Amino acid sequence: MEHSTVVESAQHLTHHVTTQGAALGIIALLPLVGSFLAFVIGKKNRDSAGWIATLAAALSFGCVLNYFFALPEGGAFEHRVFEWFSAGNISVDFLFRFDQLTAVMCLVVTGIGSLIHLYSIGYMAEDESRHRFFCYLNLFLFSMLLLVLGGNLLVLFVGWEGVGLCSYLLIGFWFKNLSFAAAGKKAFIVNRIGDAGFLLAIFLILLNFGTIDFVELGQRIGGASTELYTLIALCLFVGATGKSAQIPLFVWLPDAMAGPTPVSALIHAATMVTAGVYLLARMHYLFVLAPLAMVVVCTVALLTSLVAALIALVQNDIKKVLAYSTVSQLGFMFLAAGAGAYWVAVFHLVTHAFFKACLFLGSGSVIHACHHEQDMREMGGLGKIMPWTAATYWISTLAIAGIAPFAGYYSKHHIITALQTSGESNSLMLAYGECFATVATVVAVLTAFYMTRSACMTFLGSYRGHSHPHESPKTMVLPLVVLAFLAFVGGYLLEHQLSLAGYLHSVLPVHAHGESEGFLASLLHSWPGFLGVGLALLLYTKLTVVPAKLYGLVPPVSKLLADKFYFDEIYDFLIVKPLYLFSFGLWKGADQAVIDGSVNGTAAVVDMTGEVVRVTETGQLRHYGLFMFAAGVFITIFYLIL
Amino acid sequence: MEGLPLLSTIIFLPLLGAVMLYLLPVCKPASDSDGEVSRYTALIFSLMTFVLSVILLVAFVPEQTDMQFRESASWIPSFGIHYQLGVDGISILLVLLTTFLMPIIILASRSVKDGVRAYLFHMLALETAMLGTLLATDVFLFYIFWELMLAPMYFIIGIWGGKRRIYATLKFVLYTVFGSLLMLVAIFYSVNAYAALHGEYTFDLAKLQEGLVLSRNVQIWLFAAFALAFGIKVPLFPFHTWLPDAHVEAPTGGSVVLAGVLLKMGLYGFIRFAYPLFPLGAQVFGPYLALLAVIGIVYGALVAWAQSDIKKLVAYSSVSHLGYCVLGFVAFNVASTTGSLYQMLNHGISTGALFLLVGVLYDRKHTRLIADYGGLAAKVPVFAFLFLVFTLSSIALPLTNGFIGEFLILSGSFQTFPILTAVAVIGVILGAIYMLGLYMKTMYGELDESKNGDLTDVNSRELLVFTPLFALVFVMGIMPGPFLRVMTPTVESYVQNVQAKMVTVAQEELDYDFNPAEFSPDTVLSKRRGEASPLAQVRFEGGLQ
Repeated sequence: MEHSTVVESAQHLTHHVTTQGAALGIIALLPLVGSFLAFVIGKKNRDSAGWIATLAAALSFGCVLNYFFALPEGGAFEHRVFEWFSAGNISVDFLFRFDQLTAVMCLVVTGIGSLIHLYSIGYMAEDESRHRFFCYLNLFLFSMLLLVLGGNLLVLFVGWEGVGLCSYLLIGFWFKNLSFAAAGKKAFIVNRIGDAGFLLAIFLILLNFGTIDFVELGQRIGGASTELYTLIALCLFVGATGKSAQIPLFVWLPDAMAGPTPVSALIHAATMVTAGVYLLARMHYLFVLAPLAMVVVCTVALLTSLVAALIALVQNDIKKVLAYSTVSQLGFMFLAAGAGAYWVAVFHLVTHAFFKACLFLGSGSVIHACHHEQDMREMGGLGKIMPWTAATYWISTLAIAGIAPFAGYYSKHHIITALQTSGESNSLMLAYGECFATVATVVAVLTAFYMTRSACMTFLGSYRGHSHPHESPKTMVLPLVVLAFLAFVGGYLLEHQLSLAGYLHSVLPVHAHGESEGFLASLLHSWPGFLGVGLALLLYTKLTVVPAKLYGLVPPVSKLLADKFYFDEIYDFLIVKPLYLFSFGLWKGADQAVIDGSVNGTAAVVDMTGEVVRVTETGQLRHYGLFMFAAGVFITIFYLIL
Repeated sequence: MEGLPLLSTIIFLPLLGAVMLYLLPVCKPASDSDGEVSRYTALIFSLMTFVLSVILLVAFVPEQTDMQFRESASWIPSFGIHYQLGVDGISILLVLLTTFLMPIIILASRSVKDGVRAYLFHMLALETAMLGTLLATDVFLFYIFWELMLAPMYFIIGIWGGKRRIYATLKFVLYTVFGSLLMLVAIFYSVNAYAALHGEYTFDLAKLQEGLVLSRNVQIWLFAAFALAFGIKVPLFPFHTWLPDAHVEAPTGGSVVLAGVLLKMGLYGFIRFAYPLFPLGAQVFGPYLALLAVIGIVYGALVAWAQSDIKKLVAYSSVSHLGYCVLGFVAFNVASTTGSLYQMLNHGISTGALFLLVGVLYDRKHTRLIADYGGLAAKVPVFAFLFLVFTLSSIALPLTNGFIGEFLILSGSFQTFPILTAVAVIGVILGAIYMLGLYMKTMYGELDESKNGDLTDVNSRELLVFTPLFALVFVMGIMPGPFLRVMTPTVESYVQNVQAKMVTVAQEELDYDFNPAEFSPDTVLSKRRGEASPLAQVRFEGGLQ
C-alpha cells in the first residue's frame, strides 16, 4: 500500500464520533473498591472476601455490558477524569475511551474475570489468607481495565505496570516458598525489560508527534521517516514481548505457574498476557507504516509459537503444558498482527481466552481434586470421577486444536489465511507469506497433539495416583461449563452471527475476506487439528509404548525439549551471573578500591604532609627565628636573580 | 501575619526550639530522664515550623515567578552583604519537604536513648541551617548556612552513629568542606568581577545574576568550582563514596535527613547559583554532568544490587536516584527540570521512609544485614505492606509519586540527550532488580523462628510516622497537579532566562583568555573612580589593630 493511503486509513480509523461525559471510570473503579473491601471485610470474615470480589467483578461486567449496548456504530465514549500532570511540553490527561476494540477487551476481561472470581471461591476455600488473594485479584481487574480503557499511552502504561505488579503479587502468593516468590520477582523484572522498551517508544512518540493520545496520534501520524516508525514499532514490540511472553522474554511465563491456578487462568492465559497483542492492535496505524517491524513481529511470533509448542510436547506437569501452549498461542496472535490482520489477532485473543481459561480452570479442578498433584503421570482415568471437568476440558482441547465448529478453528483459520495473503499489504512479506503459513500449520498440528496428549494422560486410562480424587464443587463447575460452552460456539458466533470483523471495522483495518465457507469445507480445513488429535489419541490410548520409544529414540533432542532449550540456563550463564559478578566487582574493585581509595589516599597524603610539617612546629622561638631568617634570605635571592 | 517576617520566623523557629530545650527547666535531664518532655518540645517546635510553612504555601502566588516574601537587612554594608531572604516556586516545596520531614524524624527519635536533648538540639539546629540555605538570596548568607549545615550533622553522625561513626563523619565533613572552599573562592572572584564592572560590592544573587559579565573561560572555571562543591553534595558519581559510609553509620534520623534534604542541597545549589550565575560554564559542562548522572544511575543501581547491608543498598540507590534528578535538571527543559524538582521531593519521601523502615528493623534486631532476615512478611504483615509500598514508590510504579518524577525527567531529558536517556532507562530495570531482590530476601521465604520469631510489627507510634509518608506516595502519584502548578511557572521563566543568557552571551563571543590579574583587587580599586574601597578600609583598619 502507498504510504499516503496507509496514513489516510489510519486517520479514518481513528476518526470517531466521540461522546463525552460517560462515567467510564466506574468500570475500573468497582474492582478497586472491591479490592479494598475484600481485604478489610475479608480480614474479619474470610468467606466474605470471595463473594465481595466476585460481586465487584460482576457489577463491572454489568457496566461494560451497558456501555457495550449503548455504543453507537463507529462511535466511542470518552471520559476525561482529570488532567493528570503537565509540565512544559508534556501534558497527560487521565483519559478513558471506550471504542469497539476496548469494548471487546472489556467484555473478555470482566466476563471471564467474573467467572474466574466465582471459581476461585471454591478453589481457595481452604486458604488462610484468601482475603489477600481476592484483594489482589480485584486489583488486577482494576489494572487490566485501566490498560484497556486508557485513552492514551500513559494511562495504558499505568495499567500495564499495574497488571505486572498484581501478577508479581499473585505468582508469589504463597510467598513462604521462596522459589514461588522468586518466580514472581522474575516475572516482574523480565516485564520491566519490556517496559523499558515501551517507555522509549513513548518518549519517541512524544518527541516526534507531540501527543500520546491514541486518536490524536492517529491523526498526526504520517510525514516521518520509515526508520522512525520502525524504531518506535520495535520499541513497542519489545514491550509486547515482555508482557505477552514472546522470545526472548517468554521465560517468566512458565515459572509464573507457581501462582494459584485461577491466577494462571485469568492473568497468565486469558487477559494480562494478551496485553501485548492489544497494544499492537491499538497502535496498528504505526505498525502498518513500518513493514520491516511487522516482519520482525511475524518472525519472532513464529519462532516463539514453534519453540513453545515443541517444549509443550514433552512436559509432564499439566500446568506447564498449558503455560507453553499459551506462549505458543500468543505467538499465533502476534502472527496475525504481524501479517496486518489485527482484527484476527483480537479474534484469536477472544477465542483463546475462552478455551485457555477453561483449560486452566479444568487443570485447577484436577489439581484441586488430586490434592495439589500436577504431574500427569500421577493422574489418569479422572474422566469417570470428574465428568464435568473432563467434558469441558475435552471441548476446550478440540477448540484449541482448531477443529470446526469449535471456537479455535475460526480464528486459527483466519491467521493462516492472513499469513498467506500478507504479501498484498506488505511487500516485504511477499516471499515469506506461504512459508510462514506452512510453519504455522505445523504448529497447529503440534498444538492439537500435545493438548490431546495432556487430556489423554489426565482423563483416560486408569488412575495412577495415590489420593482420592473427587469432582469439584458447583462454584467451580459452573464457570467451567460456561467457558466450555463459549469455547464450543464462541468462534462460530463471532464469525457468523455477531461478526467480529464487522464490529471492529471502524477501529481496525479489516480486509475483505472471502465469502463464508460451508460446514464441510471448514471440516476439511480442520485437517491439522484432526491430524494432531488423531495421532495423540492413537499414541496415548492404543500404542502407549510408542511415545516412550520415540522419546528414547533421539535422546539429545528429547532432552533438549524436556529441558526447554536451556533458555533459563543460558540467560543465567550469559547475563544474570556475569552482571551480578560485574556489580560485585564494581563495588569491591571500582567503588571501594579505586574511587574511595583515591579519596582516602588524598586524605592520607594530606595527613602525612601534616605529620611531616608538624616536625617544624617545635614551639621554640629560636627555630621560628631561624625559619624567618632563611625565608628572608630566600626571598631576597629570588628577587635579585629574577 | 502582616508585618511578621515569615521566612525568618520559619528559619529561626527551630533554632529557638533548640535553645528552649536547654532553657526550659522541664527539659533538664533531672526532671526528664527518658527525654520524653524534650521530644515533645522539639516536636511542637518542628510542627509549628511546618504549620508556618504551610501558611507560606497557601499565601504563595505561583504565577509570580520572582522571589516572594522578600526580606532584606543590611548586614556587612561595606561588602554589600545583606541578610536577604526570598522564596520562589523552586525552593518552596523543598522548604515544605524539610519542615514536613523534621517532625517525622523527631517522632522516630525514640530509638535514641542517650543524650536525647543534645540529639534533638542538633536536629533542630540543622533544620534552621537547611531552611536558611534554601531561602537565602544573598550568596554570602547562603554560604554561611551551607557550612552551618555541616556542624549539626557532624555531631549527629559522630555521636549517635554506629561503630565506624568517627571515620564516616570526618569523611563526610572534610569531603564537603573541601568542595565548599573552592566554591567560596569562586564566590569571591565573582563578587570582585562584579565590583570591577559596576563599582560596588554585592553578594545579592539577583544583582550578580543581572550584572555579572564574565568570559566563557572564566565561567568555565567558576562553574567548575561550584560544580565540585555541589557535585560532592549531590553526590554525583564519582564523588559519592562518602554517602554510603555516612548513611550506614548515621542514626536513623540522620539518614532520613541526609537522604531527605541534605542531598538535595547539592542540586539546589546547581539550580539556584551555578546555572544562573555561569550559564556559559553550565552550557559547556551540561553534557558532562549528564554523562556523570547517567553513569551514576546505572552504576549506583548495579552497586546497590551487590550490597549485603540494607542501609548501604538504600544509600547506593540514592546515588542512582539523584542521578535521575541531575539528568533531569541538566537536560534543561521545563518538563525535565520540573521532573527533577518533583523527584527530589519523591526521593525525600520514599527513601526517607525506607531508611525509617530499616530503622524499625534495626531497633528490634540490631542488625542491618539482609542475610539476618527472611520470611518477615508472615510475622510482620503491616511492616511488609509498608515496605512494599515504599519499594514500589522507589522503583517508580505508576500511580505512586516516583513515576511522575521519573517520567517527566526521562521524557524531558530524551528531548535533549536521547542516547544518554536511553541508557538511563536501564536504571528502571536495575531498580526493580535490586529493590525486589531486597524485598524478596527479607520479606519472603520461610521465617527463621530462632532468629526473628520474636519480631513485633510496627507499633502505633511508628504507624503515625509512616502514615503521612504513605499518604503522600499516592497523593503525589495520582494528583500531582497541585504540586506541579506551584513550581511550573517559576521553572518556565527560570529555564527561559538562563537559556536566553546561554544564547545571547554566546553570541557576543566574549572569548578572551582567563586572566586572574584582570579582576585583582587593585584593578577593582582603580576602577572605583577615586572612591575609597571598602577593601582598602578593611586593610587600613586591620593595620591599626
